[in-house]
Amino acid sequence: MSLTILVFVKQVPDTKNITGEAMKADGTVNRAALPAIFNPEDLNALEMALELRERYGGMVAVGTMGPPTATAVLRHALYMGADQAFLLTDRKFAGADTLATSYTLAAGARKFAAEIAPFDLVFCGRQAIDGDTAQVGPQLAEKLALPQLTYVEEIQEVTAGRLRARCLIEGGYEIIECPAPSLLTVVSTANTPRPPGARRLMQFKKARTRSELAAAHRDRAYEEADLLIEEERRLRDKGLWIHEWHAEDLDVEPDRIGMAGSPTKVKAIESVVLAGREYKQFGTDQASINQLVHELIEAHILS
Amino acid sequence: MVAKKRIGNVWVFIEQDGGRIAEVSLELLSRARELADQLGVETAGVLLGDRCDGLPQQLFEYGCDTVFLAQDPRLDPFTPLPYAKVIVDLVEAHRPNIFLFGATPVGRSLAPRVASCLLAGLTADCTDLRIDDFEDKASGTVFKNKLMQIRPAFGGNIIATIANSWQDPQMVTVREGVMPMPEPEAGRTGKVVKVPVELRDEDTVARIVERSKAEKAVNLRAAQIIVSGGYGVGSAENFGLIREFAEVIGADVGASRAAVDAGWIDHDHQVGQTGVTVRPRLYIACGISGAVQHRAGMSESAEILAINRDPDAPIFSIAHYGIVGDLNEVIPKMIKAYRSRV
Repeated sequence: MSLTILVFVKQVPDTKNITGEAMKADGTVNRAALPAIFNPEDLNALEMALELRERYGGMVAVGTMGPPTATAVLRHALYMGADQAFLLTDRKFAGADTLATSYTLAAGARKFAAEIAPFDLVFCGRQAIDGDTAQVGPQLAEKLALPQLTYVEEIQEVTAGRLRARCLIEGGYEIIECPAPSLLTVVSTANTPRPPGARRLMQFKKARTRSELAAAHRDRAYEEADLLIEEERRLRDKGLWIHEWHAEDLDVEPDRIGMAGSPTKVKAIESVVLAGREYKQFGTDQASINQLVHELIEAHILS
Repeated sequence: MVAKKRIGNVWVFIEQDGGRIAEVSLELLSRARELADQLGVETAGVLLGDRCDGLPQQLFEYGCDTVFLAQDPRLDPFTPLPYAKVIVDLVEAHRPNIFLFGATPVGRSLAPRVASCLLAGLTADCTDLRIDDFEDKASGTVFKNKLMQIRPAFGGNIIATIANSWQDPQMVTVREGVMPMPEPEAGRTGKVVKVPVELRDEDTVARIVERSKAEKAVNLRAAQIIVSGGYGVGSAENFGLIREFAEVIGADVGASRAAVDAGWIDHDHQVGQTGVTVRPRLYIACGISGAVQHRAGMSESAEILAINRDPDAPIFSIAHYGIVGDLNEVIPKMIKAYRSRV
């Protein structure tokens, strides 16, 4: 048996390490000041896919939707061991909420299945740290008409057309059997993602998308440049080709993608301004702390 | 242009397991009641399971006007596909205006599947809900009486107000403990509507072969005093000091997300937007900077004591008592002071 596993990943701003410099004077976030990272739980999803490939054989493909710079996470996935990568990028995808995002990812998955290989499983991280919604996984499952398993910690077994997985629930777990293809969202406790392989890094740092290749040749008109077509063929043969798909390459309705395809709209953004309440300050010497504890006990706050 | 249409009711997904209703569902019923009263519509609970005949009365007492009750052995325990099918059919038949889900693992698995099928907007982890008008600037359409879905975003550095511009329902999830638990009104009654359960073969493909569920070992929501540690604690070893402090003063142990992510303590202890919301008599924040998503889970505490090295840490702006200093130095002195109290 061999499995084809599609892993959807996201490049996110590192919201955990937001510092003062990342906030603009008007209270909005300066995204440019934040490092862009591989969404942590997507690394767990990729690790789980790679481990399954090692057990059963097959192929791991990784896909993302994002700006052209999101190829950084695709290359990282190739360094870790992914076999194929594709980027869904288009200005028309911008401003997408989770519904429009899952719609676009589903179109990418269908294109992958039609042109490269039909998939047996789709993996996502449970949630992305920039929104923490955990919505795209289940929404993508619905868009692809697949069963969904969420909060997956372990895949116990995959047999012909079926899989058995351990999923976290509130206060415990469930072992669930379900048919493949299906979609799974993976939690951070599932595994420890492997570091990039040194040899793979040397090899796949040369992996390119079409736009990157064109940019390296000063954006020459692609169709007319035999050189680019020749280089693309060479990269494809070596497995160094990152598929780049735009809205026009996918079977998508224009009013279902990006801002137009997003039912939720941001009405207002407020920076978090604190009232700056006066608090009673105590020193760090023992006498001051004794005084504080005494006051708390007197006020029946501590007993 | 003003969009005008019939206003549907306010629905709450009632989560139950083994005949026990999740607290978050009851909390949501009270907010649903307020929203419905404001809109001049009714509330309904959507209850799925098996052998749940005794539950609707409890829901009436918590503010439900109608309970849609779908019972079938295939709906117990929860799995997302059959639940989504029954709920999508129900929404299409009745078109509620607003539909609230608890942001539990069940709600977070079910609500997106339902929303995706209905092409409805869904906002996760709201910390407040209000009714207001909304102008969609892209289309120039003015929507009257829409649900304002308020949530921290971008790592909690901003508060976003989200509104839906597509057709109803307006769907949101809300964490447990964010809305206060209402007092039940004994003897209040309502109407039960039995819902036919029509499932297709593809809805029942997943099978639970084993299930293990324990009551939560930690219940911070009931805690009177909480000692909470954050990233400033510095290490798993230092976190032992937080535990010791808590034990000495008879408190429960909480943590910020950063401390949980660092692996110093289990997620059950996490306070904040992606953890539990607490309202203790005293909250002691140790080495917690006080990002808004943490504050969302503890700012309602009666008294807050902040211990932090950074005098500009936002936690001080909501604190009642504060010590600017190294917690590794301060906490042992607090323990000493408490032990030697008279």
